[in-house]
Amino acid sequence: MSEAAAAVRSGLWSDARRRLLGNPVTASALGALCFIALLALLAPALSRWGYEHLDWQHLAAPPGLTAGHWFGTDRLGRDLFVRTLYGVRLSLLISLLASAVSFLIGVSWGAVAGLAPQRTDALMMRFVDVLYSLPYLFVVIILTSLFRRGSILVLTVALGAVGWLTTARIVRAQTRALRRREFIEAARAAGVPPAAILLRHVIPNVLGPVAVYATLIVPQMILFESFLSFLGLGVQEPQASLGNLIYVGAQEMESATWMLLVPATFLVVLLACLNLIGDALRDALDPREY
Amino acid sequence: MPSTRANTDAVGAELLRLSALSVSFATPAGRVSAVRDLTLSVARGECLGVVGESGAGKSQAFLAVMGLLPANASVTGSARFEGSELLGLAPAALEQVRGARIGLVFQDPMSSLTPHLTVGAQIAEVLMRHCGAARAAAHAGALALLERVHVNDPERRARQYPHELSGGMRQRVMIAIALGGEPQLLIADEPTTSLDVTIQAQILALLGELRRERGMALVLITHDVAAVAGMADRVVVMRAGCLVESGTAAEVLKHPREAYTRELLREAVSLESGEARPAHARGVAAAPAARTLLSVRGVSVRFAVGTGWLGPVSQLLAVRDVSLELGAEESLGIVGESGCGKSTLARAALALLATSSGSVLWADRDVASLAPRELRARRRDLQIVFQDPLSSLDPRMCVAELIAEPLRVHAPAMDEAARAAEVAAALARVGLPRELLARYPHELSGGQCQRVGIARAMILQPQVLVCDEPVSALDLPTQAQIVALLGELRAGTRMSLLFISHNLALVRRLCARVLVLYLGRMMELLPAEHLGEGARHPYTRELMSAIPSADPDVQRARRTAVRSGEPPSALAPPSGCVYRTRCPHADLVCAERVPAWESVGAGHFVACHHWRELP
Repeated sequence: MSEAAAAVRSGLWSDARRRLLGNPVTASALGALCFIALLALLAPALSRWGYEHLDWQHLAAPPGLTAGHWFGTDRLGRDLFVRTLYGVRLSLLISLLASAVSFLIGVSWGAVAGLAPQRTDALMMRFVDVLYSLPYLFVVIILTSLFRRGSILVLTVALGAVGWLTTARIVRAQTRALRRREFIEAARAAGVPPAAILLRHVIPNVLGPVAVYATLIVPQMILFESFLSFLGLGVQEPQASLGNLIYVGAQEMESATWMLLVPATFLVVLLACLNLIGDALRDALDPREY
Repeated sequence: MPSTRANTDAVGAELLRLSALSVSFATPAGRVSAVRDLTLSVARGECLGVVGESGAGKSQAFLAVMGLLPANASVTGSARFEGSELLGLAPAALEQVRGARIGLVFQDPMSSLTPHLTVGAQIAEVLMRHCGAARAAAHAGALALLERVHVNDPERRARQYPHELSGGMRQRVMIAIALGGEPQLLIADEPTTSLDVTIQAQILALLGELRRERGMALVLITHDVAAVAGMADRVVVMRAGCLVESGTAAEVLKHPREAYTRELLREAVSLESGEARPAHARGVAAAPAARTLLSVRGVSVRFAVGTGWLGPVSQLLAVRDVSLELGAEESLGIVGESGCGKSTLARAALALLATSSGSVLWADRDVASLAPRELRARRRDLQIVFQDPLSSLDPRMCVAELIAEPLRVHAPAMDEAARAAEVAAALARVGLPRELLARYPHELSGGQCQRVGIARAMILQPQVLVCDEPVSALDLPTQAQIVALLGELRAGTRMSLLFISHNLALVRRLCARVLVLYLGRMMELLPAEHLGEGARHPYTRELMSAIPSADPDVQRARRTAVRSGEPPSALAPPSGCVYRTRCPHADLVCAERVPAWESVGAGHFVACHHWRELP
């Protein structure tokens, strides 16, 4: 029975996958993303340079085949290829974790508020409104300066803490709409306890649109992390993230363009890929049946 | 019959002629044919009824004529309007015809009106577009049109937005828009399907009146044979894209030649007549049984409307002081138009809504005194079947999961195999094949969805089954099947039935007692066999006369007796007797005093000042 059900479900998903891969733009974006992720994972094996290694022979060397510094080196003679890929790795890790954190908090908060009685719902959502109206940058600055600066954990929590607000609003609105649907009432009439209604009926039904939104938060998080690192609040030297690489590159822009161009190109390609995939996912999962 | 052909053609010259019209759609699964080789004609001033189940291609054929099909459709054949070909016409030329010389009225007036424009502006727009009227003249014309379609207080209505109007009122606005271009042909696609029976009768009467007055031809597309009876001069029956039978209304509806037509008619007749009532529904009529399973005592339900600085702006009294009792093995019907509070009452009786006053008792226990856990446990004895079969099923669950859910909750100890066996048995009881177990609701037809809903409600073998308009979202033939199924299940399980509907004919068929509600108040409670001549309340009689009939002569006679007027807003109910604004017998007393709930006879009560004097 569950096999048969799985067959139908995979039919639904395979339809979405077919539409995703059938679009050449999306398919190439997906390919590029996988390629970059693979590069980032294999970075230490690809080059003989470490990300902290100072090569005194080649300070601020331009890109070329000299001594394996394909993308050149920075002022301290560190290999830019390796540093950029480490940066991609860190940026992806932080943004994925932060998205997951905000997704978890947002979905639970929003679903509970959506199902709760009017007064509780209002209270929970006003709390969200208040958080919304705090300048998020200050919140993150306070968090990062209260705790250890540059800690990946603190950074993830800080990013997640501001990211869940929109998710909570979306989930709450979807849940409110669902609440009026008869199948929720049917479940109540059948005597299904509230917790089971939440887990069995509400969350599966809001997950579709929210999962799509989640793919759109990932690029937002990368951007935000880069921004924080750019301000000096994020990942600290000698660790590299796309943000602080670009920050350093921007200072050298006039004498050594590549120091800016290499990490910036990676960031732009990464963001473009994620945005394209998020958009395409929304189209492919368009729930027109219900 | 060539003689009748010549005869009908003589009524007027040919206005629209479809020859060998075929429509097909390109889908990922290949070409799907919707209309095959359809040939028919409409004469000037004639009313043609096009009848068939949903999916028969009747709408597609006329949408093709109007060039309103989606891009993946391909149309072959010919459609000539006043001698000129419509198919393949350039969009600009087609727009000259569409809206101006051919008017259209669709099924769902809410989605075919623009939500952010006032209805007056929407009618005026058509006048400016098709008649080149100036703004002021168009506004005056819009008011005249609203008046023409019997919208009361057109000045005020013209300034309202579609969502502020009732369904019947919106359909009148749609008709006014369609009339804007002074069309020679009006195509009405299921114009009354989403409306209450009383309003259905009014809209059909209006269409007939406009046709006579303007000499306009009318194509009435519907699944409801009764809607064309009494309206159409000629009737065309379609099935699976093909024409099954055509002829004059009297011929087709009284002496059908094709088996399929006879089947459609039989279903319509079986739904409308009380004679087909199964024996188990009769009998225990008046006297409530010894053991009361569900009792509602003086219940009122209020809803807060709008929010202001100091709490709700106003209160809507959806149900007011309603009492009813349902004994073991009994069947009670609740009838009334939409907005009369019957669904609210059902939800209050099932403790899905909080009551403002009064009490609800399940087997002599007040539900207000039950702890949440105990309340949930007791729900297994009272189950409900909802109106919209698709939206009452969780779209992410397959049929097997849906039917099994109540078992999971109320019999958690049951093992998988036993549960699967129960589910299979429940599926078989409602007449669905096993293959559907792994399907999802959107892959099922409306009738199949409703059967799943019934199986889900029945799997715990409840003592009381509440059906809230269980068939009003379905096709007529499917309605007949679901009603028959409910009858069988009831006979087999001896459960009590609380059946809610706006259609008195359905209630009469399934229930021994009938409670009539109007604006949340009880009007009359009577044994079903008294419904014919025995009904004392004028409103009950109005509902009786609104029951559609498939017999053209009966229907024509009834249509002349159609009452006008819609229920007033429940936010501002009339003083005294709430029905007085529509009642032909209303006088001063009715405006002053609320009528008492008086006993007429055994098990028969009525709330009317004049029930003794009525003929």
